[in-house]
Order: sequence, then structure tokens, then C-alpha cells
Amino acid sequence: MQDIIQISGLSKTYATGFTALKNVNLGIRRGEIFALLGPNGAGKTTLIGIVCGTVNASTGTVTVDGHDNVTDFRAARELIGLVPQELTTDAFESVWATVSFSRGLFGKPKNPAYIEKILKDLSLWDKKDNKIMTLSGGMKRRVLIAKALSHEPRILFLDEPTAGVDVELRKDMWQVVRDLRASGVTIILTTHYIEEAEDMADRIGVISKGEIILVEEKKELMRKLGKKELALQLQQKLTALPPLLADNKQLALSADGSELIYTYDTQAERTGITRLLAALNEAGIRFRDLSTKQSSLEDIFVGLVHQDRNGAAK
Amino acid sequence: MNFRAIKAIYYFEMARTARTLMQSILAPVISTSLYFVVFGAAIGSRITTMEGVDYGSFIVPGLIMLTLLMQSVMNASFGIYFPKFTGTIYELLSAPISFVEIVIGYVGAAATKSIILGLIILLTSYLFVPVRIAHPFWMVTFLVLTAVTFSLLGFIIGIWADGFEKLQIVPLLIITPLTFLGGAFYSVNVLPPFWQAVTFFNPIVYLISGFRWSFYEVSDVSVAISLGMTLAFLFACIAIIWWIFRTGYRLKN
Ligand SMILES: Nc1ncnc2c1ncn2[C@@H]1O[C@H](COP(=O)(O)OP(=O)(O)O)[C@@H](O)[C@H]1O
Ligand SMILES: [Mg+2]
Repeated sequence: MQDIIQISGLSKTYATGFTALKNVNLGIRRGEIFALLGPNGAGKTTLIGIVCGTVNASTGTVTVDGHDNVTDFRAARELIGLVPQELTTDAFESVWATVSFSRGLFGKPKNPAYIEKILKDLSLWDKKDNKIMTLSGGMKRRVLIAKALSHEPRILFLDEPTAGVDVELRKDMWQVVRDLRASGVTIILTTHYIEEAEDMADRIGVISKGEIILVEEKKELMRKLGKKELALQLQQKLTALPPLLADNKQLALSADGSELIYTYDTQAERTGITRLLAALNEAGIRFRDLSTKQSSLEDIFVGLVHQDRNGAAK
Repeated sequence: MNFRAIKAIYYFEMARTARTLMQSILAPVISTSLYFVVFGAAIGSRITTMEGVDYGSFIVPGLIMLTLLMQSVMNASFGIYFPKFTGTIYELLSAPISFVEIVIGYVGAAATKSIILGLIILLTSYLFVPVRIAHPFWMVTFLVLTAVTFSLLGFIIGIWADGFEKLQIVPLLIITPLTFLGGAFYSVNVLPPFWQAVTFFNPIVYLISGFRWSFYEVSDVSVAISLGMTLAFLFACIAIIWWIFRTGYRLKN
């Protein structure tokens, strides 16, 4: 099926002369949760801004469900809800008024029952008549999400929705996101919390210095780039690796000497585990227990961006 | 055209006005009353008539214009400046609306408010002096055209301004002096010929003159010229807004 968002040859140079995006090509699949990861200043917000219409592109095109987002911007924008990174809200409006305003702005007829449902889902219902300025930061974030959902968008952008947000809101929010996805809404989010991308996303894109350096199924990414660690808890502490194993570069001894750590690539033809265990046996080293650990997206991500900074990747 | 969006913006802005209703209405009513006391009583005791009209009555159209111009500019400039300042403009920019809907919503609300205030001042005037409206149709036409034109001007100022000082500068340093010098409280004919000539470069002269004609059938310039100048000003503002729309000036990066 055709991608719901198609970004082609997108570049952005700000008035300051700074180039925030360089020839970005990206397709977002219908109904997926896409996580865009990247360090601060990588261009995530700029990219979202161009798709949503708050920033003009320098070159390139964006189509949203087949509608060009410049020449056919009405049809394109109707489909999109945006939760901005900054907590930008009106101060003196009530929660109910500001969410209803958003729905009107997107050209949808009034639907109090629907707005009531959103506010309830986001635990905002008892605050509906409060002025926004009286709410906490987390509550304001909920209001922004409610505004973005007020016109029943088919695509939702969440720009660092959990930055500086309490645990409870995160839980609520991810529940809302899961429900939305179940109802067929496509979700694009940026986050600093890599665990969240790991938990939530179907696919992951990594952006660094205005360039998309990787787009991959999350599972595939974890598999491809994932290293596994095998930890062996020893019966007796060692002061050094035995000579028999000393030249094995994948093997390391923990600082206190109680654990051997073997790092291996899950993709490799041979993991070398059998050979390792045989060698340990031969050296007379016994272990009490063993465990394996898959490296997290965070490790992968840090590795990638680091590589890119050194100009080694691509 | 997204009419629901226009309605949403319009009502949003009118609700903002309603929240500050007392100060919005009370301030102009009090200052109008003071003008009558100061100009009407103090000056009026020396100048009894102007162009054959009782002086107190003569200044009514000028007073209405003064408030109308100030309020139109201030309301519209604030209305659009505020979302820029707080950042909520992101929502206007990401909504399926064009600049046309944004302008109609904000300018419509600002013009509505200043027209209401103009009418309140007219009613207040009745308490102090006899007022006669010879051409109600033209009175309303000038009222509406002026409110819309200056709300458009205010909108432009609100987009141009990048700080609160700039928002204040235009109304205080340009509109108010030009209104005072534009014959709000006197007929241009009483000036020496040189200053008369200078005065005719002041666009507000034409607005006040036409508006006053709709009341008392006395004017500094012909009504056709007044109307023409008002329309010219209106179209100039629309042209500037069109340009802002085309270029995204100060709205989008
Ligand atoms: N309005 C602007 N003018 C000039 N530079 C900008 C502007 N907005 C963002 N930038 C720059 O563009 C780069 C990307 O910013 P942004 O898209 O906000 O990154 P991210 O969201 O990934 O942190 C940053 O270096 C930032 O300083
Ligand atoms: Mg950002």
C-alpha cells in the first residue's frame, strides 16, 4: 500500500543560513508508529514543522495521503494532528473552550460527546472548566494532545511528548497512543527516551545533523545491530583471564573478577559459545550461573550517531 | 473556504473581548465624557459653533473616529500578536485554513468590537449634546469601512511587531496625533492656508470629514473624495496583507 506520508528531497535552510535538513527522503507507512530519534538540533522539529505547515521547506515535496502539502494543503492538513514540542497554550481560556476551538479551526462540526471522550481519556474531564494557566505542565501537555486529537486526525505527530513529564502521564499517554494505533491512526513521534521508542515503535528512523542516517523495522534493527552479552558468574574469582582464553577479544573479566562477559553478534554464522564453554571446561573454570542480555536501542543509537559524527557511517 | 474556522477564530476573539468587557467599554465612555467636559464646556464656551454646527455636536463624529481608529488598530494588532508571542500560532499555521480565513476571523472580530464601541460613544454623546444624523446609511458605511480598514492596518502591525513596544508605537505615535491633527475637533477651514495644505496629506482628514458629513452635511473635502480615500486605504491594506500571505513574512520560517 502507498505510504501515507511521502517526503522527497526535502531540504531546509533557515534565514540564518543554517541548513537544518539535507535532502531528506522518508516514507511513513499507513497505521504504523514511527519513532524519529536523534540528538538535539538534529532537525526533528524542523522536519515535523514542514510536514505540518508551520515551517516552509527550501526544496522538496511532502505528500500526505496523496495530497501535496503545499498545493493541496487543506486536504493534507485536515488529516494531521500536531502536538508541538513547546508547551504553547492560551492562558485565559478554559480547557473545554480551547479544545473546541481547535476542532472548529480544522473545519469539523461541533461534537461535544467526542470532546468529552478525549478529555476523559486524557484525565482532563474534571479540569474542563479550569483556565489553562492554572494547570501544571503535565496537564498542559494533556491539553495539547487533546487539541491535536479534537478533529479526529488520521495522522498524529508527537514532538517529544514525554520530555519533562511525570510517569503517570507517560503511562496514560502511551495508552492513548496504543488505542489510536488500534483504530488505524498513524503516529510519528520523536523522543529522547529510547526505551519508549523501543516499547512503542514499529519502525525507527535516526536523524543526525539534518540527514536521515537509518530507517529500519525496530525488530530488524535490534537484530541487525544488536549484540548480545553472555555473562558467566564464576564460582571462584579470577585475577586475570587464563592463558588459554587471553587472546579471545570478545571475552572480558569484570572488575571484581567474579564475572566473565562474552559479547557476540547474533547475526554471525557462529557465535563461538560452544567453543568458549569447551575452553572454560578445559581451563577448569566453573560457573554458578549464566545470563544473556540484548543490547538496547540506546546502545545502538549512541553507536550510530557516534559513527556518523566521525564520518565513518553511510 | 473553511467557514467553521472563521467562526471559531471570530468567537474566540469575541470571547477574549467579553472577558475584559468592563474595561473595554468603561474606558472609552469615561474618556468621551471627559472630552465633552473639556472641549465642549471649556472650548465650547469660546467657540459656540463650527461650520454652523453647535461645537459640542460638531466634535461627536471626530470623537467616535478617534476611538474607532485606536480600538481597531489595537484590537487587531493584539489579536494576532498574542498567538505569535505565546507560540499558539502553530495551530493557525497547521490548520487547513489559508491566510484569508485568519484575516477574516481576526479583523472581523476587531472591527466588530470597535464598531460596538463607536456606537456606545454615539449613545454617550446623546447625554451631553444634541446629535443629528442626516445620512444614517453613509454614517454606517463610513463606520464599517473605517473599522475594517484600521483593523486590517492593526493586523499588519501585529504581524510586523516583534515586541510590545512596537505594538504601542503606531497607535500612540501615529494614529492619535494624526487624528487630533485631522480635524477631529475643528474644521480644517479654520487653519491658515499653508497648514490646510499640509493637513490634506493626512489620510485621517478624509475619514473624519466624510463621517462628519453623514451627520451634519458639512465637510472639509467632498464626500466622494472621502469615500475614495477610505477605499484606497482599504485596498492598500489588503494589498499589504496579500503580500504577507504570499511571502509568509514573519509568520513562517
Ligand atoms: N527558526 C530558526 N532559525 C534558525 N535556525 C533554526 C531555527 N529553528 C531551528 N533552527 C536550527 O535548526 C537545527 C535543527 O533544529 P530542530 O529541528 O529544532 O532540532 P531537533 O528538534 O532535532 O532538536 C538546530 O541547530 C536549530 O538551532
Ligand atoms: Mg525538537
